[in-house]
Amino acid sequence: MKRGDLPGKGEHDMSDPIPWSGGGLLEEVRKRSGTEVGACFQCHKCSTGCPIGPDMDYLPSQIMRLVHLGAEKEVLDSHAIWLCASCEACTARCPMAIDIAGVMDALRIMAIDRRIVLPDSRGKQFHRSFLGSVRRHGRVYEMGMMTAYKLRTFDLFSDVDKVPQMLAQGKLSLLPNRSGDMKQLRETFRRAEEED
Amino acid sequence: MKYAFFPGCSLESTARSFDLSTRAVCRALGIVLEEIPDWTCCGSTPAHATNDSLAVALPVLNLQKAQAAGLPVMVACASCYARLRTANHRVCSEPEDRRSTERITGLPYDGGVEVRHVLDVLVNHLGLDAIRAKVRRPLAGLRVACYYGCLLTRPPEIVAFDNAEHPTCMDELVAAAGAEAVEWPFKTECCGASLSMTHSGVVSRLAHKLLSMAQKAGADCLVVACPLCQVNLDLRQADAAKAHGAFRPTPVLYITQLLGLALGLPLGNLGLDALTVRAEAMFAKRDAGAVGIAGGKS
Repeated sequence: MKRGDLPGKGEHDMSDPIPWSGGGLLEEVRKRSGTEVGACFQCHKCSTGCPIGPDMDYLPSQIMRLVHLGAEKEVLDSHAIWLCASCEACTARCPMAIDIAGVMDALRIMAIDRRIVLPDSRGKQFHRSFLGSVRRHGRVYEMGMMTAYKLRTFDLFSDVDKVPQMLAQGKLSLLPNRSGDMKQLRETFRRAEEED
Repeated sequence: MKYAFFPGCSLESTARSFDLSTRAVCRALGIVLEEIPDWTCCGSTPAHATNDSLAVALPVLNLQKAQAAGLPVMVACASCYARLRTANHRVCSEPEDRRSTERITGLPYDGGVEVRHVLDVLVNHLGLDAIRAKVRRPLAGLRVACYYGCLLTRPPEIVAFDNAEHPTCMDELVAAAGAEAVEWPFKTECCGASLSMTHSGVVSRLAHKLLSMAQKAGADCLVVACPLCQVNLDLRQADAAKAHGAFRPTPVLYITQLLGLALGLPLGNLGLDALTVRAEAMFAKRDAGAVGIAGGKS
């Protein structure tokens, strides 16, 4: 994964800038996240404190700038929005009070809505497997969730070595713990999907 | 002192010992916990990363049940805590969010149920003096790095019971238990949280960074108050050492396990057997007689 150059920096300085393509993306992100993403003045405080920064293709402050520029493809195709661990360090520290972690959520939801073919779908498949488990049982059934995730990502063998130990320690159970109130939960899922 | 207890999914599985030790410590300190009947998952990161309405509605289902019981809510898992507090914040501050949540869940909710984390209840409601008075076996000589992670203190306008950049509530509890809380710089750095399943290499890198710093600060162990922090730092220690260089295996206990030891609770009630990096050697190294748990029985 190659770190994206800051637009307007280095070899991209004048010859190949990302052109501004209207305020549509900025407006949509602002509406969905409920935060003034346009207020970002590129101080990079979010990127400096981001624990996942070293693994990202674009740093959080670069994502903000790409949103300003309307660079929809770069943003929604990025690894960064799915690597964000939602630790909220950026949101807590932003001098302009931008909810940057909330912007990352909005971008993930937009990527799903637009059916973007992700370069790395592990994050999306994990979320899908997790919520599928909650919808079925009311609570996360770890064994079922892990199996569903592994089948969806063809990642069959990672961490399998830890399963016997976790079973022995009582950290995984073979059967789901169901909540007794499934009707209201399933209705909630159905209506939330209709509304979103 | 009575709370509706929201355990959350992790406390039934990977964090079973957090469940056991939280209930045991609360019982010993006179905090009555009434589990929310038929509670359901808060949705955690998968909900807020993929469906905004669901991310508010799932926590609210549980808050409505607590409201029917007429009790404030106590949460142990840091992630559930942040999701329940965020849902309350949204319902209270955004009229449109309240309307859509009531439509989705099919029941009214005004955001009025108080949600507190077990640390908040112990330090700010019960108070350190009441805890000190019940300490039977002070953990003298034990050096502890308190690791708060992300969601106990962030974002500050939503969780708000301790300082976001330099929290101290666990340090105060560790001191009340007779142990020494070491100063160290990574108290609120993230462990990678739910990337544990999808990008375990990232989590190994972060776990290595945190554990080697705690070691440099002279800590014998870490204490945490979040199921994901515990799993990432305890279960992934061997992976972290293999990928980024060896360090001394360091036990990672839930704060309630450490408090339970100081309160002299039976070991069987604290779930210490579920630690991957076991704590026995650490206690054996200290003056075993003073604590009296080196043999693993009480």
